Amino acid sequence: MKFWRTPLDIDQLKIPKGDVHILEERCKGCGFCVEYCPKGVLKLSDKFNSKGYHPPVVIKPGECVNCDLCEMICPDFAIFCLRVEEVNKEVASES
Amino acid sequence: MKAKPENVLTGSHYLDGNHASAEGAIAAGCRFFGGYPITPSTEIAERISQRFPRIGGIFVQMEDELASMAAILGASNGGVKSMSCTSGPGFSLMMENFGLGIMMETPCVLVNVQRGGPSTGLPTLPGQADMMQARWGSHGDYEVIALAPDSPQESFELTIHAFNLSEKYRMPVLIMTDECVGHMTEKVVIPSADEIDLVERKYTDKKPGEAWPYEWNGKSIPPMLPVGKGYKFHITGLTHDEKGYPVINAEAQEKNVRQLIDKVKKNADDIIWLEEWDTDGADIIVMSYGISSRVARPAIAKARADGIKIGQIRMITVWPFPEKRIRELAGKVKAMVMVELNHGQVYLEMDRCAAGQCVTAVVGHSGGTVHKPDDIYKVIKDVVK
Amino acid sequence: MSTSVEPAVKKEHPMEKILRMDRIPHIWCPTCGLGTVVTALATALDESEIDLNKVAIVSGIGCTGRVAGYMKLDSFHTTHGRAIPFAFGMHVARPDLKTIVFSGDGDLVSIGGNHLIHTARRNADLMVICVNNFIYAMTGGQVAPTTPITAKSSTSPFGNFEHPFNLPLLAASSGAVYVARWTALHIRRLTKAFKEALNKRGFSFVEVIAPCSTLYARRNKLGTGLDLMKFYHDNCVIKHGCDLKEVDIDYQSKIIVGKFVDIEKPTYIDCLNKGYKQVFGDKYKPYGGGDGNNGN
Repeated sequence: MKFWRTPLDIDQLKIPKGDVHILEERCKGCGFCVEYCPKGVLKLSDKFNSKGYHPPVVIKPGECVNCDLCEMICPDFAIFCLRVEEVNKEVASES
Repeated sequence: MKAKPENVLTGSHYLDGNHASAEGAIAAGCRFFGGYPITPSTEIAERISQRFPRIGGIFVQMEDELASMAAILGASNGGVKSMSCTSGPGFSLMMENFGLGIMMETPCVLVNVQRGGPSTGLPTLPGQADMMQARWGSHGDYEVIALAPDSPQESFELTIHAFNLSEKYRMPVLIMTDECVGHMTEKVVIPSADEIDLVERKYTDKKPGEAWPYEWNGKSIPPMLPVGKGYKFHITGLTHDEKGYPVINAEAQEKNVRQLIDKVKKNADDIIWLEEWDTDGADIIVMSYGISSRVARPAIAKARADGIKIGQIRMITVWPFPEKRIRELAGKVKAMVMVELNHGQVYLEMDRCAAGQCVTAVVGHSGGTVHKPDDIYKVIKDVVK
Repeated sequence: MSTSVEPAVKKEHPMEKILRMDRIPHIWCPTCGLGTVVTALATALDESEIDLNKVAIVSGIGCTGRVAGYMKLDSFHTTHGRAIPFAFGMHVARPDLKTIVFSGDGDLVSIGGNHLIHTARRNADLMVICVNNFIYAMTGGQVAPTTPITAKSSTSPFGNFEHPFNLPLLAASSGAVYVARWTALHIRRLTKAFKEALNKRGFSFVEVIAPCSTLYARRNKLGTGLDLMKFYHDNCVIKHGCDLKEVDIDYQSKIIVGKFVDIEKPTYIDCLNKGYKQVFGDKYKPYGGGDGNNGN
């Protein structure tokens, strides 16, 4: 993602990190998430799910910025992001 | 439960059948009316529009009859007793959503003030030729309840009864009146509120998450789920299961349709309401409903004066048809005559139930006016021969 | 004690609380845009912190008509074209609920067109979402009153030569107080529009252009739903408040999207109450819905 100007508070901004969760069996392989992920984190995998579709797979783990675009654009409710800090916090509180 | 005193115009009135029907609806607690003007039913809408704003009801003149029927189903599912009125052409337009009401098992009342048809026909003159449309007018297989009042007094009473049946059996109920009864002005005595029994809607007593909209058990009518209370239920016009979810296969269809049919068929004895005069030991029985039953009386009296042993049956509920009683009587009498303002619609049912046990005949009429008693008398004399 | 991230976190889609997960996967084709629009509505409902017990959703017939069945709300799947009058009855009976109509272009503007204009005219407090895929999809891809001129369908095999409806113009001129058009690609703007419509008093109308891959795209050789999404990306022009006479959609040409109308006007029930108050004075009790007789 390119900015047309550098934000004044860029030194204070922390880029969030996300963790992509893919519900492979729900996927119908439309490729919306792959096409529109701004960080190019996903690609359609070579493997099939049980319905015969190719679900996406994370090819750049750690690059997800938790923008939720994949989650929102997925027509099959088959992918979502969780913020990495939240995930860790939840783990910490449960353990 | 009794009617609320503020809803009941207790006293003696001089009303036509349509106004009486409107008063019946108000007494029954109806608070939503969606309708479209059509002769000869409009007086019901007019009276409701005049009365509702002062008693917390809402009258909406919808854009057409399709919308009227859909809106009363929406309002009823919202928890408000709802009604519409129409006549022939509007009745045809309402048929699809009438079927939706049957399928969704939504209580409501629809009054058809019958006029002459087909098509635009005779807007200002009577007919009784929508009886088979009432029975089978919407597509698919189902049972209906249809009542036929013969006077303004009965228009009042049967409208309350129709609301009670619709809540009890969780389905739309038809009042198949006609232009004559609708526009005939007579004394109507409205009793006090504590003399009017109302059936209130049964809602589930289960908690959200535990209840489904169609908990069919083959015996009782499943209670409804209220909206806005967290039940988050789904209902559909598609063939559905107990959860209200669409299921497109033969097994689900069997279960769903069976419920719609059984709830009326198995409770037919409770629903059917007949008036009988002198049917015991009669040789001839004259059957009719609505205005025709009043017209038949002088003819019956004349025949009786001739020494003919003649009885009369007036069907207050036409659908479901009083099959059991007709079969029974057909075995005992020589002839049965149906008097109706069409060329033999409900007659077909009577003839079917008579099943050759006795002679049957119809005194047909194309509508536009009522029968001449002499025409009925002639048919009675014919079948005696 | 868990050390792995995966088992500790429930793998539950964030919208599962608003969807009937026992009905998912849905019936829609791969690369159909409807699921995306449903996610936008679910997100809008979630973010607007509206009490979900007080939301009813009504659909008609068609692919979009199936939406009511997938939303975990009081939901009603009615007959073809009659979602709006059914919802209108529901709304009038229960003005305390937010009633949403979610249906397709054929359902709402062809067979149900009369109800759309009249309910907008009354300014009933309903939110209407019209997913426009330019075609009758459920029945196999027939021509619709929204099919652009020259687009092919199973009943316009040589191309459609009728003028299509301009839906925002239709809704606005009928009296809608909120009118917007977005596509299934404008997912954040669409969600925002849904949030605004949810909070709008009066008749709000949101048209959502969504890809139909199996019928519209295939018959017109436009690729898949993904290709249509790319087309939206390249050809949509955002023009808030623009003259609605300009927002016609021609075949495979630019699509003007945006928020076109956002005005205040007394609603149907407001007008009734005001009118009757003037006639009956203080004796008139403002209409507020069900009388409590029926357990509500």
